[in-house]
Amino acid sequence: MDPNFTVERGTTASRRFAVLGGVLVVALATLPFWGDTASMRLIAEMATYLALAQLWNLLAGYAGLVSVGQQAFVGLGGYALFVMCGWYGIHPLLAIPLAGIVSAALSLPIAFIVFRLRGAQFAVGTWVVAEICQLLIALMSSLGAGSGQSLTPAIVRTVAASKADRDMIFYWCSLGIALIVLGLVYALLRSRHGLALTAIRDSEQASRSVGVDTFRTKLLTYVVVAFATGGVGALIFLQKLRISPAAGFSLNDWTVVVIFMVVIGGIGTIEGPIVGLVIYFVLRQLLADYGSWYLIVMGCVAVFFMLRARDGIWGWIAQRWQLHLFPLRRNFRRGGP
Amino acid sequence: MGIVSIVIQGTLLGGLYALFAVGLSLTFGIMRIINIGHGDLIVLAAFVAMVCVRALGIHPLATLVVVVPVMFGLGYVLQRGLLNRTLGDNILPPLLVTFGLSVIIQNVLLEMFGADTRRLNVGALETSSILLPGGISVGVFPLMTFAVAVLVLGALQLLFFRSDLGRAFRATSDNPVTAGLMGIDNRHLYALAMAIALAVTAVAGVFLAIRSNFDPAVGPDRLIYAFEAIIIGGLGNLWGTLLGAVVLGIAQSAGAAFDPQWQILTGHLAFLVVLVLRPDGLFPRTRD
Repeated sequence: MDPNFTVERGTTASRRFAVLGGVLVVALATLPFWGDTASMRLIAEMATYLALAQLWNLLAGYAGLVSVGQQAFVGLGGYALFVMCGWYGIHPLLAIPLAGIVSAALSLPIAFIVFRLRGAQFAVGTWVVAEICQLLIALMSSLGAGSGQSLTPAIVRTVAASKADRDMIFYWCSLGIALIVLGLVYALLRSRHGLALTAIRDSEQASRSVGVDTFRTKLLTYVVVAFATGGVGALIFLQKLRISPAAGFSLNDWTVVVIFMVVIGGIGTIEGPIVGLVIYFVLRQLLADYGSWYLIVMGCVAVFFMLRARDGIWGWIAQRWQLHLFPLRRNFRRGGP
Repeated sequence: MGIVSIVIQGTLLGGLYALFAVGLSLTFGIMRIINIGHGDLIVLAAFVAMVCVRALGIHPLATLVVVVPVMFGLGYVLQRGLLNRTLGDNILPPLLVTFGLSVIIQNVLLEMFGADTRRLNVGALETSSILLPGGISVGVFPLMTFAVAVLVLGALQLLFFRSDLGRAFRATSDNPVTAGLMGIDNRHLYALAMAIALAVTAVAGVFLAIRSNFDPAVGPDRLIYAFEAIIIGGLGNLWGTLLGAVVLGIAQSAGAAFDPQWQILTGHLAFLVVLVLRPDGLFPRTRD
């Protein structure tokens, strides 16, 4: 490369934000020592949703794989953890990454089938696969059939003897998994694969013409996302201590809500899902007493954004102030380092 | 249950699924969008029929006179006012807007009518059956449903291949830009296509409401059956959609005969098998 140019990735704003983010992470990590149980539970839930939203965004926003069947991997991950802990006596915390591996392994045959469908058909195809997973597990009496199963107290105690300690461990796990997923997505997008993914996002045809192997890139993304989604699912149901086919493979809980966050925040950016996450939780809190009205409002808001502000709230902010907190671009600057 | 009986019951069930699928097939064929809210619109039509029966005291089948025009109008407004704005190269907007619609319709119905399971009562028609030689009894209503599905498909076939409007539809489906240059107003045409799709959906909703229990949450499954019928049959082929629906119906009947819990699962599995072995469906349209 011409020595008169240097490649810059960061911006002033992103460096300032990194410091701010670091402070926030430290503050959240020490929350068990100064916060109450209710806020710990809320932050833990937000952390798992942040992970799911980032993962769906990577699939739909970058790889163009608009899946409405990610609940398949949440449920499979959850069930994998219950089987490993209940049948094979594996430690629950070790079972989380192992559940991710099971989920990734299962995603390969699933991809073999659903990758035959394009675009919108792919979306419905993934949904059918999730339905099949739910129906199959509901037929297995060894997994508790339709009514599901619980983790035995003996298994739960292997995490930690007291409930307070367990809450703390689960909290750190949730925070940890959100940071790992965020780091994973960021690292992936800054790598060569990320460049390929961004190219696919902008134009699949053009990216193919410059030599991007779109099929391999998409498959890799699908499997990585299945791995992480399975791990998140395992952690979610480890915290709930109970799983059933209806809860594990819930379209509303693991996909509709996640899509809402990503669409509102801004699809195809890392910052968008974070903004959407905050908005979703605020909205849920405000409309908590109105039953299914909160879903109706959510639906209307999402439709409005898709029609009027396709890039979401973050897209608007980024365009207006040229703000990138997770810089993915390569900026060239004249002059040596 | 013997094999002959399974095939007959499954074929008749396929008639209902064909009614579910035709609207979805039309919107995909002409606008290239998959309406995720399709199943919920079927359920909406069922509820409109229920309201008509209650308010007017008419026979459930007579509600078609009201439900079909209502859904036709709704389809036109929906496409013209909302969905036309989502069309373009990006697949996300139509997909997510119809997904949002699905969530909205389901929950509005839930708020208005509650989660109770309902059914429209047609008295003797519901239970009457014809006894075929060999001791197989065939329900009159399922038979009627199948006949209506064939009639609807025949009428659409005529519309598409024997009328000026049909030619405009086919032209726009092949190439919207060129069709526009020839003086076709695509926005109006798309709205008409959605209106026709929802008119068929209205028929599907009324027959669903008479044939089985329904509640606000059953829409997504109807969308999935419709989608499976289209993919099994091969995209862009109306008679293929009927055959796909029949294959799905027979698969479900066979599963139900084995164990009622397997009914829906075997339908899904038939879909997967077709997808793996014949990704273009069993009866793909010849390249045109």
